[in-house]
Amino acid sequence: MRLFYWRMKPMYDIAIIGGGITGCFLARQLCRYALKTVLIEKNTDVADETTKANSGIIHSGYDACPGTLKAKLNRLGNPMFDAICRDLGVPFQRIGSLTLALSEEEIPVLQQLYERGQANEIGGLSLLSAEAVRKTEPRIHSRVKAALLAKTAGIVDPFGLAIALAENAADNGTDIRLNSRVVGIRRENDGYVLTTPSGWIKARYVVNCGGVFAGEINELLSPARFRIRPVKGEYIVFDKQVGDLVRHVVFQCPSEKGKGVLVTPTVHGNLMVGPNSQDVEDKEDVSTTRSGLDEILATAGNSVETIPLPLAITGFSGLRASADTGDFVIEELSGYRGFINAAGIDSPGLTASPAIAELVIDLLKSGGLKLTPNPAFDPIRKPIVNVVNLSEEEKSELIRKDPRYGRIICRCESITEGEIVEAIRRRVGARSVDGVKRRVRAGMGRCQGGFCGPRVLEILARELHVSRCQVVKDRGASYLLSEQ
Amino acid sequence: MNKQRMADLVVIGGGPAGLAAAIEARRHGVRDILLLERDRELGGILPQCIHNGFGLHLFKKELTGPEYAECFIDELKDLNIEYKLDTMVLRIHKNRIIEAVSPNEGYFRVQARAVILAMGCRERTRGALLIPGSRPAGIFTAGTAQRLVNIEGSPVGKKAVILGSGDIGLIMARRLTLEGANVEAVVEMMPYPGGLNRNIVQCLHDFEIPLLLSHTVVNVYGRDRLTGVEIARVDQNQKVIPGTRQSIECDTMLLSVGLIPENELSVQCGIELDPTTQGPVVDEHMQTSIDGIFACGNVVHVHDLVDYVTEESRKAGRSAAAYIEHKTKTCELRIKTVPGKSIRYIVPHYVNWDQSDQDLEFFFRSRDVHDRASLVVNLDGKLIKTIRRRHLVPGEMQHIKLKRKMLPICSKQSTLSISIL
Repeated sequence: MRLFYWRMKPMYDIAIIGGGITGCFLARQLCRYALKTVLIEKNTDVADETTKANSGIIHSGYDACPGTLKAKLNRLGNPMFDAICRDLGVPFQRIGSLTLALSEEEIPVLQQLYERGQANEIGGLSLLSAEAVRKTEPRIHSRVKAALLAKTAGIVDPFGLAIALAENAADNGTDIRLNSRVVGIRRENDGYVLTTPSGWIKARYVVNCGGVFAGEINELLSPARFRIRPVKGEYIVFDKQVGDLVRHVVFQCPSEKGKGVLVTPTVHGNLMVGPNSQDVEDKEDVSTTRSGLDEILATAGNSVETIPLPLAITGFSGLRASADTGDFVIEELSGYRGFINAAGIDSPGLTASPAIAELVIDLLKSGGLKLTPNPAFDPIRKPIVNVVNLSEEEKSELIRKDPRYGRIICRCESITEGEIVEAIRRRVGARSVDGVKRRVRAGMGRCQGGFCGPRVLEILARELHVSRCQVVKDRGASYLLSEQ
Repeated sequence: MNKQRMADLVVIGGGPAGLAAAIEARRHGVRDILLLERDRELGGILPQCIHNGFGLHLFKKELTGPEYAECFIDELKDLNIEYKLDTMVLRIHKNRIIEAVSPNEGYFRVQARAVILAMGCRERTRGALLIPGSRPAGIFTAGTAQRLVNIEGSPVGKKAVILGSGDIGLIMARRLTLEGANVEAVVEMMPYPGGLNRNIVQCLHDFEIPLLLSHTVVNVYGRDRLTGVEIARVDQNQKVIPGTRQSIECDTMLLSVGLIPENELSVQCGIELDPTTQGPVVDEHMQTSIDGIFACGNVVHVHDLVDYVTEESRKAGRSAAAYIEHKTKTCELRIKTVPGKSIRYIVPHYVNWDQSDQDLEFFFRSRDVHDRASLVVNLDGKLIKTIRRRHLVPGEMQHIKLKRKMLPICSKQSTLSISIL
């Protein structure tokens, strides 16, 4: 009997390792075809590492070196966001970006960037005089001499998008395995066997979207031809009161270290500054540093006249998964048919992610995967209702049906109990206080969960049928309360 | 579909300020009062303040927070003042229409003749201070920890460091100790404590909890749960002194680093705020810059003692009653109060000129510590009163009374200043 069960365990067509933006996009785009897919994520939630600590910028694409995968996939990815975000109910705003020349010497740099943009076939680029910049961005620093306007740049909520993709994938039949770290990969006749602490998973094709750990995943099979260096970037988020300090994504001229510190509104109406760029050893070290926070504040202070420091809400940091090859590594692992790496996805990885998914699907296809359309595919994901933005009539109607939508739990962001329960009960639902925060913003505001924290904890314990001492902040053993 | 009702007075917030204001307004003849509270019970922060020391000034006896709240909640109920719990005000309009939402009533509007803002304050967070390090579980504001421990019965940790010596932090140092936790230290960046002296003695000294003045937390460790913090000594400019860093192992850090009046509704409504207090600019009647909208308690400025919140709120209640009865005397001629040397702020911000014999009260805080100081009150640069004080600290709110007749004439630009010499 046991043997029988063993044999009956499903053979997936595709196993995706890693539930960041790359893995989530691929999982969702694969739903268009009649395939059995599993997304395997080691954390309690998707989007829990690089994807959650990201600038959230959809780049226009002038910056990448012509001829690279980054340049190509940025160009292809950018225009895909409008339709996908509309289908998934994820806020996306094409607000445009300004890259500033802070001195006369930088004006030629803007010209080069403009030309690189032409080489990358990027539309919507124009050079603005200092006067024109100040007209559109009055709070910009007086030292600004000129700027490159890129109309197609936009902003998105990166973890909100990844969660929505995972949810839509799950709704369309993708299995999502959380808390499952892949610790071993073995090739078998017709595919691969992945070992996780909670059992093995078989799949004909495997896609490695392992982020900062993509090298380690590759090396479970064979030596990797790339190394992933974690590069830390720190950010500071400010109160919505100053969310309109700038209206565009404001960059400085890029250097060899990256696109530099930006100042941007977020889709939720906050102001964000960051990131810096720092090579680190530890692939799990997402602590902020005094010097790093000071560095981004000082650098951002060159873009705008005043940084409203007293209105800072929080600081955070994330790790870019940079490959030592300098470009994305998206290819079949040599000698391993059906094992595809999607590695080294650092900036403009978020922008490129829908195009990366398409490229991987092409690779799977040329590797022999049959792609028959899935007639049941439903691309639409309804967003979690945002009560405070409903009309009076809609509010009344919703609360009459379910009074929990009339009970505001998070005061700063006006988030109701109904929204929090929905965030927990949906597919790929929240399992932690931060999971709730990333889905509906409870605790994301200026009091940082001071008021709503105990209430969210209570709702999580109730909905998950666990004691309050078992509720975690984010991952692992991040218990909020101590045992009696 | 649109539900709109009328009320003479809407009080926003059912903490000590809102309760006292509503009761006082009823006692002064306001019939149709509606109090809106966002929490599940009345009393604001008081129900979680299970220590004693409340009411010494007002009732001449030591009550616990819940007892102090109970006095007012009982009276509110005896006076049949209508209140709604679980009700969040979403917006206040200049014309005194209030938009609110609750599970029972859904979305509704109230047209009020007068409004009293009593939303209280919130705690400053770790994020606002940008303390670097990791972001593990186990970091709470002192008030959140107080709620978890005292209301929910949930222990927050076993080994704690408290950053900031505000009163709630001091009270929680004692509370955690009584709960069996070790409080390793209370770390205060300033060279003097932030809270009341009596709390330093009763909460720290009595329990031998070290108070490290001129120290701050410079790093936070731990991936899942907090494992420790790094502290360091700071100089007079609050800059870290090199070579003074030391690590403390702990699983919990509480923050008591300041309170911020909750004025998002006021800002949205267009009410003028004082950038120092971060509360509304008010006159001696506690009326804000918008006619018929009054404010009291911690939403105006952060108080140390609830007794003073009650007194201030009673004043707002009386003023709202007078306003509803069309008896308010606001006039063209107003004296502006100006914080002088070593004074951080003064409340009220304006005094209307009138000939009544009512006393005027001014509340203020000093910027720094002063021993044997003279408080000097000037009207348009002319000395009108000098008061001696033995000891002035920023952590203890001061107040002085002046007779109206001491402010005889005034022009449109008259100013009254208080300074410390």
